[in-house]
Amino acid sequence: MSKGRYGIHGGQYIPETLMNEIHNLEEQYEHYKKDPEFNAELQKLLEEYAGRPSLLYYAKKMTEDLGGAKIYFKREDLNHTGSHKINNVLGQALLAKKMGKTRIIAETGAGQHGVATATAAALLGLECEIFMGKEDTIRQALNVYRMQLLGAKVNAVESGTATLKDAVNECMREWTKRVDDTLYVLGSVMGPHPFPMIVRDFQSVISREARAQILKAEGKLPDVVMACVGGGSNAMGMFYEFIKDESVRLIGCEAAGKGVDTDRTAATIAVGTEGIFHGMKSYFCQDEYGQIAPVYSISAGLDYPGIGPEHAHLHDIGRAEYVPVTDDEAVAAFEYIARTEGIIAAIESSHAVAHLLKLAPTMSKDQIIICCLSGRGDKDVAAIARYKGVDLHE
Amino acid sequence: MSNIQKAFADKKAFIPFLTAGDPNLDKTYEYILQLEKAGAALIEIGIPFSDPIAEGPVIQAANVRALSAGCTTDKVFDMVGKVRQKTDIPLVFLTYLNPVFKYGYERFCARCKEAGIDGLIIPDMPFEEKGELKEIARKYDVDIISLIAPTSKERIETIAKDADGYIYVVSSMGVTGVRSEIKTNVKEIVSHIKAVTDVPVAIGFGINTRAQVQEFWQYADGVIVGSAIVKLIEKYGENAADAIGDYIHQMIS
Repeated sequence: MSKGRYGIHGGQYIPETLMNEIHNLEEQYEHYKKDPEFNAELQKLLEEYAGRPSLLYYAKKMTEDLGGAKIYFKREDLNHTGSHKINNVLGQALLAKKMGKTRIIAETGAGQHGVATATAAALLGLECEIFMGKEDTIRQALNVYRMQLLGAKVNAVESGTATLKDAVNECMREWTKRVDDTLYVLGSVMGPHPFPMIVRDFQSVISREARAQILKAEGKLPDVVMACVGGGSNAMGMFYEFIKDESVRLIGCEAAGKGVDTDRTAATIAVGTEGIFHGMKSYFCQDEYGQIAPVYSISAGLDYPGIGPEHAHLHDIGRAEYVPVTDDEAVAAFEYIARTEGIIAAIESSHAVAHLLKLAPTMSKDQIIICCLSGRGDKDVAAIARYKGVDLHE
Repeated sequence: MSNIQKAFADKKAFIPFLTAGDPNLDKTYEYILQLEKAGAALIEIGIPFSDPIAEGPVIQAANVRALSAGCTTDKVFDMVGKVRQKTDIPLVFLTYLNPVFKYGYERFCARCKEAGIDGLIIPDMPFEEKGELKEIARKYDVDIISLIAPTSKERIETIAKDADGYIYVVSSMGVTGVRSEIKTNVKEIVSHIKAVTDVPVAIGFGINTRAQVQEFWQYADGVIVGSAIVKLIEKYGENAADAIGDYIHQMIS
């Protein structure tokens, strides 16, 4: 069995053409992650460019309104480019540069990872090409233009369901065409080893900071740590340093779309089964013959038929819980947090907020929840308006 | 001698590929027999998959057509069973690991043996991951066909020494699809393989002209042609038999 296993999950299920390069990436990453110079450069970028550490914000009004646990938000939405994606991208783009690559490619769903990748490429002087499902280029047209402004070439992927999974397919195909000068900057804790590990390591800054911040603010660990889950990168980053703290409940909120009892859903843990796809063994939404199911969510960033292998393992061993959240619940939470706290959160993050709204009132006032606000919601305003039947006359 | 070895026994092998269920399984049955009649030594049959990451646009589209027409793994097995009543030609499946995994490795390989499938090509199962399927496949006399790519380098020896059936040398970087020129040093890769194993070597990816076939036949045991044939099926649909026959005659004569 290959390396990069999380229980039975993970592995390196990719074409032979990529194997040497994936081994090279693994070696180079193992080298640079211990290199003081690399770490100092990355730290400087995170602090001076991305704006880290991100705030741990006490949501007093929501806490009072919900009348239960104390609510804190980890404000990844305040990072440069507006989401947690920049944490991983700066790490991988810097790694690409150290490896002597001159070009980076990436998939994107909502466009957050694409924008972050295009940003890092501009900053570090790398050529950049983004693959985005045609459907998503329509849902997130503003982000397409953003990436172009940043100097990236954006390819609209028309194959399959023309969403995130197809963007990943196309990005893998592109990488097999050109590995010498190109690094695939994968955006989530998924794909073949070492990507789930690399992305988790770069995103774990979220929980490293949050753990120290909450200990400083409250003098104790939180009772619940929660985040939305598509592939699962912000959740993995939010969970990671708390995994060893057994008293802390870890909750991932999946996109249930129209509901887990419909076929318009993307809640992989709820409806998926064991499979092998996109380089990894994990859970996937699929039919009895292993055909990957077309999934659906209002959120382009969570509209993915699989979940990262480490999440699959955390689910298997019962260390983390995964709950489905519908479009309707997420949109209601999107509006609630805007009105209550003056924060327009990404529709992805609003899935976690939606579950928080149910959970907090059931907990006592001396308990603490930290919820990751993975991104800002400016990109979603037009889509939410459409969902609500509001004509914006753009 | 295994059925696959027979394909390479006394002449250079021409190996066509087609996607099962494109445009429908009755036609796949007919086209397989036509391919044999036209001179194929072995036939690769694609079980369609929703997300074929090693395929270019032509074969991707064939997968979509086949799945849209209702093709399933069970129906492909039934079709192959019927083909087997007509011919002994070696037959190899090409599909992705998930359809095999989901069907159940044991159940899949047992059905391969029952239907008369001799080998299995799985582009997203590299050497490191074949352990979970290898022994089961051997139990049912199904050869796992190993792929070697232009980037394999020092991996060539490890892969070749463990190979069964034949070795599929990927001629070019990237995905399947017709190429006007193949720039990779395929000859060097083939001679590297030949130095460590007697398992036959077939070259695929991008091949579509008679000149390419003749050139590769000089040093390899077979050539694999996929997209060019799938393109004919795309163009002629249910009436592609003659076009396929003519194309193969022209390629191997």
